[in-house]
Amino acid sequence: MPVESEVSINAWAWSAPILTRAQDKTKGRKMWEYVKLVALALITLMAAIAANYARDPAYMVNALTVMLVAGGLFLWSIRRVGEPRAATPENEYFDGVVRYGVIATSLWGVVGFLVGVIIAFQLAFPSLNFEWAQGYANFGRLRPLHTSAVIFAFGGNALIATSFYVVQRTSAARLWGGNLGWFVFWGYQLVIVLAATGYLLGATQSKEYAEPEWYVDLWLTIVWLAYLAVFLGTIIKRREPHIYVANWFYLSFIVTVAMLHVFNNLSIPVSIWGSKSVQVFSGVQDAMVQWWYGHNAVGFFLTAGFLGMMYYFVPKQAERPVFSYKLSIIHFWALIFLYIWAGPHHLHYTALPDWASTLGMIFSIMLWMPSWGGMINGLMTLSGAWDKLRTDPIIRMMVVSIGFYGMSTFEGPMMSIKAVNSLSHYTDWTIGHVHSGALGWNGMITFGALYFLVPKLWNRAGLYSLKLVSWHFWLATIGIVLYASSMWVTGIMEGLMWREVDANGFLVNAFADTVSAKFPMYVVRGLGGLMFLSGAIIMCYNLWMTVRAQPETASDNALVPAE
Amino acid sequence: MSKLPNNRQKGDPETTGHSWDGIEEFNNPMPRWWLWTFYVCIFWALLYSIAYPAWPLISRATPGILGASTRADVAAEIQRFSDANAPIRAKVEAAELTEISADPELLSYANNAGSAVFRTWCAQCHGSGAAGVQASGYPNLLDDDWLWGGDIENIYLTINHGIRNTTDDDARLSEMPRFGADELLEKAQIDEVVQHVLAISGQEHDAVLAEAGAVVFEENCAACHGEAGEGNRDLGAPTLNDAIWLYGGDVASLTYTVVNSRAGVMPNWNTRLSEADVRAVAVYVHGLGGGE
Repeated sequence: MPVESEVSINAWAWSAPILTRAQDKTKGRKMWEYVKLVALALITLMAAIAANYARDPAYMVNALTVMLVAGGLFLWSIRRVGEPRAATPENEYFDGVVRYGVIATSLWGVVGFLVGVIIAFQLAFPSLNFEWAQGYANFGRLRPLHTSAVIFAFGGNALIATSFYVVQRTSAARLWGGNLGWFVFWGYQLVIVLAATGYLLGATQSKEYAEPEWYVDLWLTIVWLAYLAVFLGTIIKRREPHIYVANWFYLSFIVTVAMLHVFNNLSIPVSIWGSKSVQVFSGVQDAMVQWWYGHNAVGFFLTAGFLGMMYYFVPKQAERPVFSYKLSIIHFWALIFLYIWAGPHHLHYTALPDWASTLGMIFSIMLWMPSWGGMINGLMTLSGAWDKLRTDPIIRMMVVSIGFYGMSTFEGPMMSIKAVNSLSHYTDWTIGHVHSGALGWNGMITFGALYFLVPKLWNRAGLYSLKLVSWHFWLATIGIVLYASSMWVTGIMEGLMWREVDANGFLVNAFADTVSAKFPMYVVRGLGGLMFLSGAIIMCYNLWMTVRAQPETASDNALVPAE
Repeated sequence: MSKLPNNRQKGDPETTGHSWDGIEEFNNPMPRWWLWTFYVCIFWALLYSIAYPAWPLISRATPGILGASTRADVAAEIQRFSDANAPIRAKVEAAELTEISADPELLSYANNAGSAVFRTWCAQCHGSGAAGVQASGYPNLLDDDWLWGGDIENIYLTINHGIRNTTDDDARLSEMPRFGADELLEKAQIDEVVQHVLAISGQEHDAVLAEAGAVVFEENCAACHGEAGEGNRDLGAPTLNDAIWLYGGDVASLTYTVVNSRAGVMPNWNTRLSEADVRAVAVYVHGLGGGE
């Protein structure tokens, strides 16, 4: 854990006599270094013991990973004991961790999209579930790897990196907590690696978007609380009188995800030496908690968090004020109040009682306008800057992103209506809906933010190539359209085929009939994904060349003065 | 104080006066249509929650003034079709099995019902097209090679009581000995008899071994599979002198069969399906092409 000693610089410390402060600091740092070394040594030892007693391969590999990481950090720290450290530049933003976050976002993005393309083609061509890779790279193992990689590795890193960037700029303050920011970043990467290797080796608690087993959940809880501390600490020490709207959204996302994560992962390990655990809820209660979590993972992770991103990067890139302060207040509170009740719409026509189903549906309908408030504020911010659509492919990306946001936040409430859901549930329509939101909204706004951030973070004079951004834009947009429209077609088709009955009321089609009917659309979907992936690879090249080949500019990370 | 040049334009409304890293906010009102659509959604939600089951109370939830219930809807839908089908189902149950396919009305119903039953209950093993699964013990129902008989009565019997299950005393039952595992035959004898089976099924074989195998076959296998390997439907003993194989006709598969025996199981459907449904699916399978 790369937590270091620069934590203690608080405003009150400056008032103490200089000498005493310096002595205390050196002493305190030494003490802290010893505590850290002992902790790392203990973790290494315990992970080794855990690996020795491991009851399943996933647990063993995860324990070995932890042992190597903790052991490596132990060696790295012990070599640096007593080394003089450069003083923290308190008058500058803490951008190192944001740079790492940008790199992690891009890399995990490509990995997540690639796995998505692979499983899309596995569905179209089942023989791609190779015999030699059974138990590791078949669809069942790769599917959670894909969803977690894109939502939590790509999306999560994008949220952490941009929130760290945005909260510093809009608070006119350096990130609170010193190296705690590094702990959040590397701790989160460890979560990703443990979860991903665990999936491939068969560790899963079988809850969608919450597959990681109990020990990964515990570690994520620690990392997430540290994230909350860093973010909230920065807001508390802000030098602006008001908290900017982007930070409301980021904060609501961090707080709510912490709550959702803890409740949905309440489980009892079968053994502390094994990955398997048993949920404390069962039956329909378990389903209800899972979709309370699952729906709000979409609501707070992929909506509120990314609205935070939108509220900073869109006005920045458009160089226009935000359209309406009032709208942002009302739609923020309406959104976070209504979203949390909408989960039951994932369980229409199941063992869930009718009343819960009704509430899930009507809260989803009421959620429509609060969701659109973000779209209106985003799009209307561009009024007076629409001409930039012609010249700035980054703005174009953001506009398309907000467009897909508006479309999928209309589609969502519509699909929550019981009558619509009776057709759409369990079909590919749901998959299409998720992807028009994830690829269109989350993907495109993240790409826009990355294109904005890289020249700023590496002090470069603009992007390497706007033409490549245009290529990325068109590949991604056409890819999404292919994806979403093919899934609408297959989704509605299979919904109709499933419910088709003959004159005597007997079902006409077998499940396998719908599978073979969907084949052409599955190929189209795979191609759409391939285009989206190609766009992302072009982006990585463009960002890489921006850092490598663009001329350097003067550093721009001094704290801005507060109002 | 903003770092960016002032982003305002002529004709812009007032801002709130705040600025964060150069970002300002206009003091625009909420769009009217937005606000009113929001109100309408909330109003509609309230009405809907009065009309349908919605608000949880202490022991139960509000039932809604329309008295709607998804469970009741499903039950009513099922009832509607069973009422509509009742007369013809009674006819299917009363008719002689052999006569069903002669009556167009009964045949049409039996095909609809039978194909639905088949896709729901039978397709898992026999495939949705009824072609079985090659060399996996799930018989093809489209051809004229029947283990237990392919006329309508025999198909009906098989579906009703199943094969080698432990839940129906009338299940079809037969058991091939495990010639290798129980050491009834020497390894050399097994190799010989396998070559003989290859020979009678018209495959490439070792003539010397096959000749020796003919003796082994006559002493151990012919009682059930017949002198020439023509099979015996009374015992469910497969025909061995053709090219159709339930578990594979190559040396390895045949050797495995002789050593360990095979004993595929099929459930009895008389306890899960109604008489009319069993009859319907029997007619459907009989009509797939191989029926006798």
